[in-house]
Amino acid sequence: MTSGAMTGDLASYLVLLLVGFLPNEVWRVLGVVIGRGLDEKSEFMIWVRAVAVAVLAAVIAKLILVPPGVRRGAPLGVCRPCRRRERVDRRRPAVCAVVLLKASALRTGIVKITPA
Amino acid sequence: MSSAASSELAKPSSARVFLDGMLTSFRSVFALVLIGTYVGVGALAHDYGFSLVWVMVSTVLIWAGPAQVIMISALGTGAALVEIALAVFLSAIRFLPMVVSLLPLLRGPDTRVRDLLTPAHFTAASMWVESFRLLPPLPRERRIPFCNGLAIGFMLSGHIGTLIGFYLAASLPPVLTAALLFLTPMSFLVSTARESVTLANRLALVLGLVVSPLLVHFQIGLDLMWTGLIAGTVAYAVHRLRGALQ
Repeated sequence: MTSGAMTGDLASYLVLLLVGFLPNEVWRVLGVVIGRGLDEKSEFMIWVRAVAVAVLAAVIAKLILVPPGVRRGAPLGVCRPCRRRERVDRRRPAVCAVVLLKASALRTGIVKITPA
Repeated sequence: MSSAASSELAKPSSARVFLDGMLTSFRSVFALVLIGTYVGVGALAHDYGFSLVWVMVSTVLIWAGPAQVIMISALGTGAALVEIALAVFLSAIRFLPMVVSLLPLLRGPDTRVRDLLTPAHFTAASMWVESFRLLPPLPRERRIPFCNGLAIGFMLSGHIGTLIGFYLAASLPPVLTAALLFLTPMSFLVSTARESVTLANRLALVLGLVVSPLLVHFQIGLDLMWTGLIAGTVAYAVHRLRGALQ
């Protein structure tokens, strides 16, 4: 999945629409749709706004504590387990590629499994 | 853009107001904040191997720094697409109250819903905060084009930052790239602290910064959502309690 997102082809823009644009934009459109009936000074809106700020705070905290740079071994690595997980994640596409190559090689008959 | 274009046809002065808004954006402190944020986004995107065009399209379509950072880093580390969509969805909840509170400022007696969709799409921390500062003195019919110009100007600043970050990350050693990536959370922190003026919001910010690392440490799933609900609700409860005591 991620390899598609990195090559810059059509699939990567589809991924952008599906996991980036749509889940983000739905709140703005919803704001326009229900905005007419909502009183911005109501207690419910004060709560919604507090939740929104807290979600943003969580995003900030995660960016500080688990900086994306750790995958390159930059000296900001705060937590070891994350770094270990990153290493596993980086190996995953390679493993997938090898499996896919083997499968396609078997199908096209370049490699044949001869029964013993 | 389409609504801005159509209103320009109806009233020739709209183009000027739009341009005014754009020029105003470059004088705002948020132009610098956005360049800082998107230098980080550009560096991150380069780090994970995304193309420059893809990142810039994502800025136009998403126009939310946190969502873009979540999406790029999660796609880069190979997270499941559903999981990424959910994280972006949760991080964008704040747009609902933002759009809802911005609309009364923009809406006139004969404003069409589709004219509101463009400023709604442009709603982000930068544009939202500056709109509340700059729009009230303006006549109502000028507010939407001004707001669109302001946001397009901010977006240009974001693109400039993306270009800088993308090409710097290509040439800088990893230590400095890590420093660039650190700009993103810092600029979010500054802008969020700036816009959190009420007790509930300030408390939500501080509690969120404390609760989130705890949830991450104990490896509790959906930590963004739980942080939002826990910290936000506690902050709101304190706000209610203070109201009751007074």
